[in-house]
Amino acid sequence: MPTEYEPVIGLEVHCELKTATKLFCGCRTTFGNEANTQVCPVCLGLPGTLPVLNEKAVEYAVKIGLALNCTIAQYAKMDRKNYYYPDLPKAYQISQYDKPLNYGGYLEVPLKEGIKRIGVTRAHLEEDAGKLVHAGGKAGRLDSSDYSLADYNRGGIPLVEIVSEPDIRSADEAYAYLTELKNILLYIDVSDCNMEEGSLRCDANVSIRPKGTEKFGTRTEIKNMNSFKFAKQAIEYEIKRQAALLDKGERVVQESRLWDVTENKTKTMRSKEEAHDYRYFPEPDLVPIILSGDYVRKIKDQLPELPGAKRARFASKYGLTAYDAGVLTADQELAHWFEEGAKHTKSPKGLANWIMGDMAAKMKEQEKELKDLEFDQKKLGELVDLMEAGTINSKQAKEVFAEMFDAGVSPAEVVKSRGLAQVSDPKAIEGAVDKVLSENPNVVADYKGGKQGVIGFLVGKVMQASRGKANPKLVNEILKKKLDA
Amino acid sequence: MKNEVLSKTIHEVSADLKAKKVSSVELTKAALDHLEEIEPKVQSFITITRDEALKRAAEADQRLASGKDVTPLTGVPLAIKDLLCTKGIRTTCASRMLETFVPPYNATVVEKLYEAGAVSVGKTNMDEFAMGSSTESSFYKKTRNPWNLNCVPGGSSGGSAACVSSDQAFGSLGSDTGGSIRQPAALCGIVGLKPTYGRVSRYGLIAFASSLDQVGPFAKDVEDCGLLLGAIAGQDPKDSTSADLPVPDYAAEMKKGVKGLRVGIPKEFFPAGLNQEVADAVKKAIVELEKQGAKVEEVSLPASPYGLAAYYVLAPSEASSNLARYDGVRYGLRVPGENIVEMYSKTRAAGFGPEVKRRIMLGTYALSSGYYDAYYLKALKVRRLIKQDYDKAFGKVDVIATPTAPNPAFRFGEKTGDPLSMYLEDVFTVSINITGLPGLSVPCGMSESGLPIGLQLIGKAFDEATLLRTAYAYEQATEWHKQKPALKES
Amino acid sequence: MALSEKDVQYVAKLARLEVTDPEVAKYTQQLANILEYVEQLNKLDTTQVEPLTHPLDVKNVFRPDEPKPSLTQAEVLSNGPEVQSGHFKVPKIM
Repeated sequence: MPTEYEPVIGLEVHCELKTATKLFCGCRTTFGNEANTQVCPVCLGLPGTLPVLNEKAVEYAVKIGLALNCTIAQYAKMDRKNYYYPDLPKAYQISQYDKPLNYGGYLEVPLKEGIKRIGVTRAHLEEDAGKLVHAGGKAGRLDSSDYSLADYNRGGIPLVEIVSEPDIRSADEAYAYLTELKNILLYIDVSDCNMEEGSLRCDANVSIRPKGTEKFGTRTEIKNMNSFKFAKQAIEYEIKRQAALLDKGERVVQESRLWDVTENKTKTMRSKEEAHDYRYFPEPDLVPIILSGDYVRKIKDQLPELPGAKRARFASKYGLTAYDAGVLTADQELAHWFEEGAKHTKSPKGLANWIMGDMAAKMKEQEKELKDLEFDQKKLGELVDLMEAGTINSKQAKEVFAEMFDAGVSPAEVVKSRGLAQVSDPKAIEGAVDKVLSENPNVVADYKGGKQGVIGFLVGKVMQASRGKANPKLVNEILKKKLDA
Repeated sequence: MKNEVLSKTIHEVSADLKAKKVSSVELTKAALDHLEEIEPKVQSFITITRDEALKRAAEADQRLASGKDVTPLTGVPLAIKDLLCTKGIRTTCASRMLETFVPPYNATVVEKLYEAGAVSVGKTNMDEFAMGSSTESSFYKKTRNPWNLNCVPGGSSGGSAACVSSDQAFGSLGSDTGGSIRQPAALCGIVGLKPTYGRVSRYGLIAFASSLDQVGPFAKDVEDCGLLLGAIAGQDPKDSTSADLPVPDYAAEMKKGVKGLRVGIPKEFFPAGLNQEVADAVKKAIVELEKQGAKVEEVSLPASPYGLAAYYVLAPSEASSNLARYDGVRYGLRVPGENIVEMYSKTRAAGFGPEVKRRIMLGTYALSSGYYDAYYLKALKVRRLIKQDYDKAFGKVDVIATPTAPNPAFRFGEKTGDPLSMYLEDVFTVSINITGLPGLSVPCGMSESGLPIGLQLIGKAFDEATLLRTAYAYEQATEWHKQKPALKES
Repeated sequence: MALSEKDVQYVAKLARLEVTDPEVAKYTQQLANILEYVEQLNKLDTTQVEPLTHPLDVKNVFRPDEPKPSLTQAEVLSNGPEVQSGHFKVPKIM
């Protein structure tokens, strides 16, 4: 019988902070400018220059720590991580080693089987490296290019590295963790989390062990993935690859690997520095960071309601399913839009259905964002209530919605102008019912003879006669009453 | 023929400038002419900036004529150690690595000198990357001691000391990581001050050991030393480690006398076997202070003898990281290689001299996996012990007096064969860098062979004023600072 | 903790310094001498002593998040040993 394995996964996420300037100098952090135009003596690492810490970056890092339930260090410091690479101008990266700003937190990740708590070991502040373009030869590929070109625009942009505990057990869990983490980072407004621009990047440490055992297997590190989808695929691939090795009686080699997007596999990456001896030591050009309780409290007070709390509240306050609450809170703006709308309807649940259904579909189809909508929450609430009250049926509601979506008109007015209001006057319906009954004696006889299913045919006839405006529920009731009389 | 005005001090020549007895352009020309005339003998400079100097002198003359923003340094020719970045003027650190490096920015201290209206005549020679005590490790030249051209000027700021001693400039800036201002000042018979760590901005000072480096002045007398310190001191938003403290009026502070001042003498700085001439001169200087009303008492700094050992872990460790950026990618030397690692290794092998390589390797070793605790962390702990000793001593005394260097100037090549013997030159100066305290060297005697001897005064943190006061009182009572070197070999 | 030639080779590699065999021999001997001198630190008992990284007691020095002008591309590249189309050019990495 083949061994069943349990994956053990830890994630390291690098998140670029959306400060106006770099971590240690006044250069801007704008993405996509011409090479080496956002560079000064400090971030170019010119001899004699010194770093001065950006206070906004510290604030954002603490915000991240608090949002991830971390302890905020009473004493933190910056350290130098020494290694040679042409994207690193000083040949050391200013980072944090043994005294990070934030440590010992967790993230609650919604999974199908419920909420799972994944530990956050630490979230520390560091500077980004520059960018290399590999050129000549098979250009674009590190292993076969003739030379590389260095651009230091990105060098020195503040990053927070968020390191998880090895608590993750599947690629799906990793994906859920990343999604939730990104959502939180967007909620607290510290990063634009733009993955195409590399402002969120992820490394995964993956190992497997026979199910039921405690000891960790040998891990590999998949480096520098800039898409959650690739991260998931890479982790899935890596789990299978390691399992296949172990099944063959071979060993997993501890190494760094890269996800090859074209071949859909992880590949070994010859290491940057043959010996990983970073010679960390306290950065003598910077002084310790000793944050007061007051400072931390002030930042804590500014934190918005986070996705997890919002989800729970939406579920209980508005009677939404966990899934619906999840969808509506996945975007802070959407969640806000929904909550405003809930003030204008008797049925928040109905509102949620409209938002996630027709509204989402139409927005996607027309590539619209919330701010582009022609109508407001009040109007959608009106529509929901018209339907809930039975004034219009769902088919009519869809028509009204379409008109509201395109022209921003009020649903009540559409109903009025188009004469769409559902007929719920029992007398008017009785008249129509009587007419249908008298015109279809055979069907009535069938019904009375025990074929009760034919009532649907009769309902259809009445609806047809009312040009769809009759309240179907009422039609049904009245028909039944008359037939059974 | 040397113009007599060049023998004057800054405060004297500044008065002449203000009184229009001489213009800055005349003064600067005279200084440059003399500089160039004796430069073949002394070799103080890596780069002489004649045109730049005359341009600034002309600007200073305008300023003097208008009478606005005139400072004691306006129009005065000074020199700058070649590890302080000067915009548009190459800055080499006396290394082949930076032979072509032209900074696009000025060090804060350079900026401050310019703002005060000072004129810079050039960039002075030094030990490569400030690593050394004799200026012999410069890639470019050997600076010679004006008192005996066969002797070293001390180091690492040997050029900055020699040029002031020989009247090539009225004052200069150097840097001091383990004694690199005080020791050459002592060996060249002038005044040199290492300010408290954080008193002067390090921005633009090419780093050797970041937690030890400080910029400081060389001067012909104590009053000039105070003027120069006043001009460069103060907090700098570009240096996180510069202190947010007001800068006193040193000129006024230094003239208050030493009556009642408590002077501590640490026995650890007078070990058996100390050069007798040095010991005698320093002891006589202490007696002189006592004569003027200072109270002298013995203090103990039991951990300070370990300062040199701690220093030779801490300084190389920081240096190994600070000098990693010289990799042939963005500036400086590049030796081509097949791939990046080969390019790095060949560039660094060719660009650095042996002393620099030695310290890089020593520091890399001390920080490397498995050795960090035994060397680097241990040295940091000893550093605290040494600091505690000084804190305790300064509970009892206001200033501590010791020899600056264990010997007068030595001959070329005498210590280059054995690195450790060179390191021992710093034995009395390093613990002041380790603790961040201010230290000053003032001439206090002459050896029988005619070489100057220095008295080191150590003060409380940010109390340079008391150091200057003590040195000034001593200097007023003695003639050492008035002697001039003969620029002869012997 | 005697320093070996292997240690010196390792350290030279870490520090990206090409060294010849005679240099390794020379440096091993010189560095060993210095380390032997440094060993005297072990005479001091530091078990209860906190390390001192900064000579002076300063904390929380920050800079406001306000943009300052950068250098021009020409200034950035002005000292570059080899530049190409706005970048610093380096030999192949692998």
